[in-house]
Amino acid sequence: MSTQPPDDYQLPQAVRERIPRYRRVLLNLVIVPFLAAIIPLLILAVVNYQQDSDSYLSENRYELTRLLSSTKRSLQFAIEERRALLSLIARTKSHVELGDESHLKATLRDLRETFGDFVDLGLVTSSGRQSCYVGPYKLQGTNYAQEDWFQEVSLRGVYVSDVFLGHRKFPHFVIAVTRELEDGDFYVLRATIDTELLDRQFFSLDLAENIDAFVVNQQGILQTRSAFYGDVLSNSGLTIPPNLREQEIIRELGQQKNRLLTVGFSYVEGTPFVLVTAMNSLPPFQHWLQKRYDVFFFLIVSVIGILIVVYWRSKRIVTRLREADTERARAYHHIEYTNKMATLGRLAAGVAHEINNPLAIINEKAGLLKDITGSIPDFPKKDKFIGIADSICTSVERCSRVTHRLLGFGRRMDLSKEQIDLESLMNDVLEFQRTEAAHRDITVNLDVAEDVPVIESDRGQLQQVFLNLINNASSAVQDGGRIDIVIRHPNPNEVSIAIKDNGSGIPPEDLAHIFEPFYSTKGEAGTGLGLSITREIVEKLGGIIEVESEVGKGSRFTVNLPIEKVQ
Amino acid sequence: MDKTRVLIVDDESDFIDVLATRMKSRGLEVDTALSGEEALKLVGTHDYDSVVLDLAMPQMDGLETLKRMLVLNPSLQVILLTGHATVNKGVEAIKSGAFEFLEKPVKLETLLKYVENARERKAALSESHMDEMIDEIVKRRGW
Repeated sequence: MSTQPPDDYQLPQAVRERIPRYRRVLLNLVIVPFLAAIIPLLILAVVNYQQDSDSYLSENRYELTRLLSSTKRSLQFAIEERRALLSLIARTKSHVELGDESHLKATLRDLRETFGDFVDLGLVTSSGRQSCYVGPYKLQGTNYAQEDWFQEVSLRGVYVSDVFLGHRKFPHFVIAVTRELEDGDFYVLRATIDTELLDRQFFSLDLAENIDAFVVNQQGILQTRSAFYGDVLSNSGLTIPPNLREQEIIRELGQQKNRLLTVGFSYVEGTPFVLVTAMNSLPPFQHWLQKRYDVFFFLIVSVIGILIVVYWRSKRIVTRLREADTERARAYHHIEYTNKMATLGRLAAGVAHEINNPLAIINEKAGLLKDITGSIPDFPKKDKFIGIADSICTSVERCSRVTHRLLGFGRRMDLSKEQIDLESLMNDVLEFQRTEAAHRDITVNLDVAEDVPVIESDRGQLQQVFLNLINNASSAVQDGGRIDIVIRHPNPNEVSIAIKDNGSGIPPEDLAHIFEPFYSTKGEAGTGLGLSITREIVEKLGGIIEVESEVGKGSRFTVNLPIEKVQ
Repeated sequence: MDKTRVLIVDDESDFIDVLATRMKSRGLEVDTALSGEEALKLVGTHDYDSVVLDLAMPQMDGLETLKRMLVLNPSLQVILLTGHATVNKGVEAIKSGAFEFLEKPVKLETLLKYVENARERKAALSESHMDEMIDEIVKRRGW
């Protein structure tokens, strides 16, 4: 009895079917621990980033706020100084004195001595007419009655204008104050100031390259030169937030070219000016990367490390799982097969042994029936009787074919080792066949090469193998056919025995199955066990059996056996 | 021609009775034995053309019986008949001097054919035996 299933049984079909399942298992095994390990790390990194980003942004804001408040104070002070001086002149000098051109000229000269940025000076009456003017422009007699600034100054007593381009293309702005007279009339003292006054406030700040400070009006038109936004009187493009009476308004204006632009606005009270500070800085993420690259590096290395370790371990687990499955499937097949074979073997031997003797009796009794019937000349329904007896005999024959095959099948394979001369063994086997061969005029030719050595194997099992093959060959050939047996020594470790017939051959569709148990091409005449037993024995003996066949030309079974039985 | 004398040895009386009857009806002279011992006694006292011997029997089995029979009568032609055939036993039987090895159940015609063959072989053997004896006598007597 073979303990090894034939090759067909070793294919772990169940394992192959599970290949997609192994992939899923691998994926799950990788993803779950990977995520479990990586999520806290990511959370940590995100929190770290968030904290860093918050403090970074508030640092930026603080920087801008500080700049805004200090600059605003000095700017407001400078304008207030000039306004106060103008008010003082308006109060201390009489209408007549100011209306006198030479006196006004002297006053402008005095002003310039104090503050170099006074450009001109003019007296405007309550009717809006500039009654007296000293300065580089020809503005004597100009009527301002319809101008907005005049309306405003007459209402509020003080006015500071936007910057405009004046004489010789220098930007200027205007400060105007009123003087109430005892008779209820009033006049306006108006002075033009060079914007250098404004610019000067920023020069002294000595700003870093990424920081800018400048003045715009409420329409966003630049009132001083800006490093970021261009020259005086060009449009900055900034949307000026409405005056909410807050001290400062800080806005992050988003990123451009990997820079974060933060802008702070502050209204300068009593003027149309809005002080702007802008800071061009790294976006928070880049800043975080730069500052905390150790955290980031650790994160990346951890992710890669965890992935590699998790994948490596999971792969091993899945590989082992697969191996275990394969092993189990194989073992299961093996047990199944061995059990099947053992059961069959016991059954077969029992059946054969117990049945052959009664079969022989049935056979003889049916024969006797025929004899008796045949010997009585006027036996009624003689033909029918003989027919029945014949069919009993035919059935007995069929039964006996089955039992003989089963006997061979059920035989235990307790291998013994002997020195075997294949030629004499083959002659022993052929002895069985000699009568039938002679009877059917079949030529049996045995050709043994001289160098074929004595081999070590099991005599009884080899006899069985060759008897099966020769029986098959002789049932395949017609009467008068030929069987060639060729024994060769093709390589140092093997002998080969070829049994070739010139019989009917095996169709290709059958050829693939002839070694399977219970596969028979002889129809009712065969049990389908002969060749499966034959192969089982050959493999047990460490050999292989092969078949070549061509329909109409015959078949050749080749058995290769090791010279020494390898355990 | 003399009747062919056959001895059938088997532990199944049902089997040998019927077989004997059928053979007798075909003109053979048949004796039966239910065991090896019985068969050996018969072989010692009778001259059979052929013995049909069952391989599997209680006490003395077919092979043992065969060997002992051949000791008693080396020219005996024994056809072994068995329901439990193995190649090994077959080879052993043939080597032990059995004339043929057949599997049960066997067609009567087949069996009869072998019995007939056995008889012919025995006759041939006897003739050559006779020739040998004659040769020996001739040599010894110096004729």
